[in-house]
Amino acid sequence: MAENPVTPPALPASPPLWRRLWLPVLVFALLALVPFVWGERFILGLVTRAMIMAIAALSLDLILGYGALVSFGHAAFLGLGAYAVAILFSHDIVDAAIAFPVAILIGAGFAFVTGAISLKTRGVYFIMITLAFGQMAFFTATSLSAYGGDDGLRMFHRSEVFGTRILANDTTFYFVVLGTLAGCFVLLKTIVGSRFGRVLRGAKENERRMRALGFDPFRYRLAAYVIAGSICALAGALFANLGMFVAPAYMTWQRSGEFIAMVVLGGMGTLIGPIIGAIGVTLIEEWLAAVTQHWKVIFGPMVVLVAIFARGGIVKLLERGTGR
Amino acid sequence: MTAPILSLSNLHKAYGALKVTDGVSLDVGAGELHAIIGPNGAGKTTLISEITGEVALDAGTVTFDGADVTALPVHARALKGLTRSFQITQVLPGFTVLENVATAAQAHDGSSFRFFRSAGADKRLTDIAMAALGEVGLAARAALPAASLSHGEKRQLEIAMALVSQPKLLLLDEPMAGMGREETERLVAVLMALKGRYPMVLVEHDMHAVFRLADRISVLVYGQVIASGSPEAVRADPAVREAYLGEEEFG
Repeated sequence: MAENPVTPPALPASPPLWRRLWLPVLVFALLALVPFVWGERFILGLVTRAMIMAIAALSLDLILGYGALVSFGHAAFLGLGAYAVAILFSHDIVDAAIAFPVAILIGAGFAFVTGAISLKTRGVYFIMITLAFGQMAFFTATSLSAYGGDDGLRMFHRSEVFGTRILANDTTFYFVVLGTLAGCFVLLKTIVGSRFGRVLRGAKENERRMRALGFDPFRYRLAAYVIAGSICALAGALFANLGMFVAPAYMTWQRSGEFIAMVVLGGMGTLIGPIIGAIGVTLIEEWLAAVTQHWKVIFGPMVVLVAIFARGGIVKLLERGTGR
Repeated sequence: MTAPILSLSNLHKAYGALKVTDGVSLDVGAGELHAIIGPNGAGKTTLISEITGEVALDAGTVTFDGADVTALPVHARALKGLTRSFQITQVLPGFTVLENVATAAQAHDGSSFRFFRSAGADKRLTDIAMAALGEVGLAARAALPAASLSHGEKRQLEIAMALVSQPKLLLLDEPMAGMGREETERLVAVLMALKGRYPMVLVEHDMHAVFRLADRISVLVYGQVIASGSPEAVRADPAVREAYLGEEEFG
């Protein structure tokens, strides 16, 4: 049955490098330029916040975009990471070298336990159970009276890095966040293309087929959930440092919904899309809120329009714009 | 005769009052192509699903390659070499044809908890996959998304995926279903070439194909095996003729 034993057919060609790289390169180059063009504290802080949200959205894309797991409790990981840093701070453990790994481990642990339970369900039930776990985290935070309860918890300065206060400088902090975002992007890009990522994507494509091939999707999904939770907790650790403040409001279900919106608007399963989505949503929200206090009336329809006319998100729109 | 590769012993499964598998016992010998035929609703696909583990049994044991696998889940049986194709083709539609087969090969190439090396650039998996695609005649389609294949090509793809799964037994659930004459001929040729290399269980409605391919045929009616033997013996069996009465395709 072999068609032509003499010349083996050419292997599938991947698209040219520039086509896969232009968008990430452009996004990161623009972000790197921001502090040189707009030095104002306000702008710097705003874009830093947008990038932290982008790290969180990026982590959600691993499970939502590549695993088709709609988690409605992702903000819990942001809050856990933030609280880990702030609570340690209140006990005089102020060094990022300790606080950040602890934050990541707590995110991983919470993801492992809640993931092991919620991944036994699918579809709407998965959404509900992740929402329930998210709300549990939220209400636990409000009842932590020793750590501020509803009012939240203040840090007197940013985390130290091996005893130094280099993060106190807003520009330095900006580039640390940018570097973290770039690192997470490269890490997740690598994971998605690995053998592990292939199984995760395969289980989204056709779970029954993957089982018949000998894969147990549960284990791979749980691992992806733990990775996503860890990265989102890292975003939380940065978030606590940004405003030097944490509050239960960091983990409301509305914020979880916002993360989903960022991923979907930017482009699920693209990684660069959620970054663009997160930054876009954060900036537009800020801008509209400055224009009118009824900004949600404008923002809502904008989301609807993108959802209708840009299926596949902003990234699909941009790719079409470049001739493909 | 050597020990059977697959041995079903007194399988029972009922959905309420409906007995879909009612005391089925049969052996598939090493190297044998064992066809299972029967009228619609006889419980053939259910039987395949019981062998793979997708359907839990009420009673009975499934022995595969010398071990009792009755309690094992689907993926664990698959890793032992129990490989199936589906009545309604099941591919990974968004993956390329090549990546479909490479994914199947990956299941038998160590742990898939490897996070950092690119799977697409893994030459060993790619080579295994390309060889299998050549064998089923799909090499020229390697770069296309699996969703774009024709029905017959998806069948060929499923067989390529089975070939790289280090099968000890191939379970083929109506591989000719929905195929044209030409596609059927091509698939019969592929199966002819595989016959003897792998033991196979073939569930099929196309009687011409079954009688050309099978070493042994079991006839399933209402969840029971009413006859089992060589194609000639089964063709002559009066109980089989009875069950197929009015169905022209038989014989």
